[in-house]
Order: sequence, then C-alpha cells, then structure tokens
Amino acid sequence: MATKSLKARHKELAETNNQLEILNGGIFQEGELPYFKDKIAEIGQFPLRPNKLEVLQINVGYMCNQVCEHCHVDAGPDRKEIMTKETMIQCLEVIRNTGAHTLDLTGGAPEMNPNFKWFVDEASKAGIQDFIVRSNLTIIRANKKYHDLPQFFKDHNVHVVSSMPHYTRGKTDKQRGAGVFDKSIMALQELNAIGYGKPNSDLRLDLVYNPSGAYLPGDQAALEHDFKIALKEDFGIEFHNLFAITNLPIARFLDYLIASENYEDYMYSLVDAYNPAAVQHVMCTNTISVSWDGWLYDCDFNQMLDLKVASKVKHIKDYNEDLLHERDIIISQHCFGCTAGAGSSCQGTVA
Amino acid sequence: MTNNYYDPADLRKFGKITEWSEELGTKFFNYYNAVFEEGALSAREKSLIALAVAHVVKCPYCIDAYTKDGLQRGITKEEMMEAVHAGAAIESGATLVHGVQMMNKYNKLSM
Repeated sequence: MATKSLKARHKELAETNNQLEILNGGIFQEGELPYFKDKIAEIGQFPLRPNKLEVLQINVGYMCNQVCEHCHVDAGPDRKEIMTKETMIQCLEVIRNTGAHTLDLTGGAPEMNPNFKWFVDEASKAGIQDFIVRSNLTIIRANKKYHDLPQFFKDHNVHVVSSMPHYTRGKTDKQRGAGVFDKSIMALQELNAIGYGKPNSDLRLDLVYNPSGAYLPGDQAALEHDFKIALKEDFGIEFHNLFAITNLPIARFLDYLIASENYEDYMYSLVDAYNPAAVQHVMCTNTISVSWDGWLYDCDFNQMLDLKVASKVKHIKDYNEDLLHERDIIISQHCFGCTAGAGSSCQGTVA
Repeated sequence: MTNNYYDPADLRKFGKITEWSEELGTKFFNYYNAVFEEGALSAREKSLIALAVAHVVKCPYCIDAYTKDGLQRGITKEEMMEAVHAGAAIESGATLVHGVQMMNKYNKLSM
C-alpha cells in the first residue's frame, strides 16, 4: 500500500487535466458509453440546476494521517494544502449568514488543520442546525493532542460522520492501511462511552461505507443492518446510520481502477446502474463546496477535479447565495457515480 | 463476434435474449428477479447459494456476477469460499454416492 499521495509521487493522475481527459475520452469519446450530459438531457435535466441550498461543505485541508487507496482527495501526510485562518474568517462570515441548515467539515483529516478547534468553536456559535465533522476515527488515536477530540466534539454538539469500510479487520486494513481497523474500533468505543451513537442520543454518530474495490455499494439498509449486528456483537459498538457511498473515478480511486484494469468495467457498471430518479437529488443540487483556499465548487468531487462553479461568484470572499443559485452545475462522466443505483452523496443514498 | 466461446463482455448483454423472444425472456427475468428478493431466505443467503450453484454448473458469467454481488453485499471471502465448498462437496458426493452402485454391480457379478 502506498504511503504517499499521487502528488508526492509525481504521478500523471495527480494532474486534474489528465483525469478529465480520461473521463471525457476513451469509451465515452468512442461512443461505447453515453456522456452524462446526454443521459440527463433525456429527462430534461440538462443543464443541471441547483435546488434550495441545504449544505455548506468546507474542506479545511488535504493533509491526512491516512493514505487510503480509494481517496478521491489524494489526501495524505505529505499534502500541504491547509486552510488559513484568514480564509476561515471569510468562511465564518458566510456560515453566520447562510440559508443552509447543515455545515459539513471535511478534509483530509480536518482535525489536522492547526486552527481546527478554534474554527469549530467559532462556527458552532452560528447556531447552524446540523454541524458535521467528517472524522476518520484513527486521528483520535494518532497523537496525544487529539485524544480529547471525542469530548471536544460533544462539547460543541458536533455530528460525527466516520469512515468504516467493513466490520472485519482484513477488508478495512486493505483499503485504509494496517492497524486502521483496531484504531477505528477503539475510537468508536470512546465515542460510544461519552454518549455518541447510542439509541435516542442527540449526539449523532454515523458511519460511511465505501466499497473496498471496483464494485458498487449494495443496499444501504441491508449493509447498515449487517454492520450494526457485527459491530455490536463483536465490539459492543453502536451507531446511528450507515451511509453507503459509491467510489467516484477520481484521483487515487481512478489510479487504482486503471492500474488494476478495472476502469472500463467500472464505468460500464456505473452507466448500467444509471438511475434517472437519483438525478434530481444529487448532492450538487443542494450543496456548495469550499476548498482549503476558498474557491467554490458544486461538490467535493468537482473540487478535486478543479472544476470551479460556473458563476460570477467563484470565491468565498465574494460569496453570494442568490447569485450562486443562478448557476448551472458543472458535470462530467464522474457524475455517473452519484446517479448509480440508489444514488450516492455524502449523506448516503438519494433515491 | 469473438473467437472465444465465453466473453466477459457478453454478461451485460444477457438482457438482450428478450429481443428474440419477448414473452419468454420477460417471464424469465421477472421470475429470476422475484427469486432473489428478500423472502423466507435473505437476499444475502440467496446470493451465497447462487455463488455455490454457479460453481457447480461451471458458469463463468454466474461466477463473475455473484462474486461481485457478494462483494456489494459485504459478504466476506471466507463466506464465499465456504459456499463454494458446500457446492463442491455436494457435487463430489454426488459422484461418490454412485460408488455404491459400482459396489452393488461388482458384488452381483462376482462369485
């Protein structure tokens, strides 16, 4: 398993242009598979337009203590892109005035941003309804300075959303690195111990499941059922919901697909599973994604492909919700990942 | 047309059999889909049965399809291999139980 990002390894796919060339070329260019644009035009959804803004998702940096094989961010310990306090101050101004009911902090490991705690403290004062931090769990055990994170999350009524690719050690460690499973289990037990994830608890603890390979997630409810039974029986762990998220062919997952000669089959799977009913609920229709350096995107995936919003407003310093609402959403063939089967978003299935 | 009897790309064309006989094709796929729905057995259990049978009938398409289906359902490789052994045990047992016929015949013909 790699211990460095594609960027640090100077791999071709570290360049977003090369990724977009693959996503727009090959089987799509040759007409074997349809372009996403043409599929959504069939149901009158092109250009794709936003609905009401519900989620403000802020990526506070690409640095991470893990180097997961499927990571669409290409995050890792070597990534230096970290949101500055100045950009955080601009974000806070937006958080205080947004119509969105959910604030969603992601990364990298967001906790590795040196101003993370200050930012959470300030943002929690804005009184936003649902305040999510996407925590990879192992960060809590990674270093003494992070040991108090569970209590910190509780004090700020943070909704914790954590990745857990499987309830068995082998599958988890293969995707996320050796030792990740045991550390994640410990972190979940700590969160449970202070009240997270318990039935009827207001301290929300949800898990994210990504397939560990070139296949789509199965039925979200069935997976949640299996995870709940296994984690409870084996480790006494409880959690609220499981979000099944499809891996999108971006960054390291794209690199994996190509290296393992699964790229074409995977794209066929996504296109074959295209579900028109998912289109009107894809997350880019209710989300604005902000990058570490303040640029605005339709979603975290577009951010990683550097496809900025098609609006006069492109940066958090000029943020204007009404103007952003007028934009057309930027799409490419990776979008088939969000419309496959029951659909996929950072909040799980959509259809 | 390829020069091989089995082409992995043919699996996703399976639905096309309906084009040459719509009534029977539709009946088959309706039946097939109904079989694998949740019932007295879970869809997960039926996926493992399908994987075992896929090996016994030696259908490469079915093996591809139900290995992937199992992965999607979070079925572990240990569970999959046990299912394959269950199929293999029945298949080898079916061969070996004929050994009784051989023994019967041998005994009948021998003085």
